[in-house]
Amino acid sequence: MKKVIFLIYVSLFIFNWGKAWSLIEVDITRGNLNPLPLAVSPLSVDQNSKEKFKDSLKLDDIGAEISKVVENNLRQSGLFNPLDPKAFLQKPDIAHVKPRFEDWALIKAQALITGEVKIVDEKLRVEFRLWDILAGKEIMALAFTTVSENWRRVGHIITDKVYQRLTGEKGYFDTRIIYVAEEGLKTSRIKKLAIMDQDGFNTKYLTLGNELVLTPRFNPTNQMVTYLSYFKNLPRVYLLDIETGIQEVVGDFPGMTFAPRFSPNGKKIIMSFAKDGNSDIYTMDLESREVEKITNHPSIDTSPSYSPDGKFICFNSDRSGYQQIYVMRSDGSKVKRISFGNGLYGTPVWSPRGDLIAFTKLHKGKFYIGVMRTDGTGERLLTENYYQEAPSWSPNGRVLIFYRETKSDSSGKGFSAKLWSIDLTGYNERMVKTETDASDPSWSSLLTD
Amino acid sequence: MSLNKIFRNTLLVFFASILLSACAVKTTGKMQGDVYTGKDTVEYLASGVPDRVFFATNETVLTTASRETLRKQASWLRKNSKINVVLEGHADERGTREYNLALGERRANAAKDYLMTYGISGNRISVISYGKERPVDSGSNPLAWSKNRRSVTVKAN
Repeated sequence: MKKVIFLIYVSLFIFNWGKAWSLIEVDITRGNLNPLPLAVSPLSVDQNSKEKFKDSLKLDDIGAEISKVVENNLRQSGLFNPLDPKAFLQKPDIAHVKPRFEDWALIKAQALITGEVKIVDEKLRVEFRLWDILAGKEIMALAFTTVSENWRRVGHIITDKVYQRLTGEKGYFDTRIIYVAEEGLKTSRIKKLAIMDQDGFNTKYLTLGNELVLTPRFNPTNQMVTYLSYFKNLPRVYLLDIETGIQEVVGDFPGMTFAPRFSPNGKKIIMSFAKDGNSDIYTMDLESREVEKITNHPSIDTSPSYSPDGKFICFNSDRSGYQQIYVMRSDGSKVKRISFGNGLYGTPVWSPRGDLIAFTKLHKGKFYIGVMRTDGTGERLLTENYYQEAPSWSPNGRVLIFYRETKSDSSGKGFSAKLWSIDLTGYNERMVKTETDASDPSWSSLLTD
Repeated sequence: MSLNKIFRNTLLVFFASILLSACAVKTTGKMQGDVYTGKDTVEYLASGVPDRVFFATNETVLTTASRETLRKQASWLRKNSKINVVLEGHADERGTREYNLALGERRANAAKDYLMTYGISGNRISVISYGKERPVDSGSNPLAWSKNRRSVTVKAN
């Protein structure tokens, strides 16, 4: 994949950053049953720039297209209710300079996003403003420049800024999902690594499907991916550089390595190594290549995930007889079981905020995605289904993405695998659009912070 | 093989027998307990030598029938000393992917250990786990799952 250029000079045009006395605020700690009505006015584009964008990007109206990205993001978040642009009374260019607040209040908008796109020195320059309709004033203004091909990302960055301004927390829209694209019969499924924008656009396939690949995960800078590949029928953990496409085996293990993840600083890979019927957890330092054995127990120890400060590891073990979740220090000491509810627990993954662990639970033939505190208290099940597993956190720790499979008859009919997301609150469950069937999603960090 | 492991296997076999005698009452057609006992998917390495053994849910214990199958495989391997095999361990679809990879590896190794106790050199046996990635039966029902919880012995040369 070609290097994505983050050419974003964030020249801040902050006129009125009156955060403390803004009237609109969105509470994201509870399930939000009354999403905030807001208007995303199409970004205005001057005629000259419009023609140039039309030539280079084949888009009739780039301003409207960017607004659609923002609108869709906000709707998917479940916290906002973007109003139908057909109801807008004011023209985009005029609204951006001086909105007539009464007009926007009339259609029940509480907030308004306006903006302007143009070509400056062959680059795309966007300026946008967020207005509080009830207070009748501007609450944020921002401008930045990027390469034209990044126009969808412009929409994601605008969404992140608006989300952050209105909720008080960082957004998760300028991000990507890496996952396994699936096709073919259940008995001989073809699997490829795929990467896409968080909203399902710009899908790219990173492997050809010649060998089985599973469980891809990003490094903290989103340039590398670690995953399991059955290349030459030897299941091993691999490292893939997304920019160069160069792949390499991680370590020199005389057996299957699997369940890889990066350490929070990206310097180590933590994974399981299976030998003679026993799986233990190991780390490998990517620079020194030093391998360290972290667990040493005759049970299955797998699915390790670091705490964001790197001091602890949660993992999955059946040392009690069945699959349960354990936490230990990152050197392998002080192992403590934390899951004690009914059923089996798997795929623990530490929240980027550090306070929660998300997991898969199997109980009485149903699969649940849930969260618990890192000491095992406060277990909360967010969603129940026939089969679902492997949650991955949005970078702000507010949303989980996972995959769900449906039942099939003996000919395999009825089977599907899809990505789904759900808010930490248990609300806003949605299928995430993918070109093919999909599984094993992993959420990147914010591409621009 | 370490003494420890022999001890573990003996224990496992012991518990399996207890388990099986407890479950023996509940025999439903092609399953005993929830271990597959039918022949639908079974192929043969040679006449009278089935290629696979089946497991109970979440278990890696060899059943009486499995041990009988593996003894047949061992005697066939002794007679065909040039043949090497790969043991492919599998799990059903009702578990998390990563744990199932480990479970498949453990199942294949349970079969490997048994072949080794019957005199087959570990050098002739390699092991691979497919977890839940390669079911033989696509169905989402207990019978299909029982066919998929398996270790299959495949000729490597």
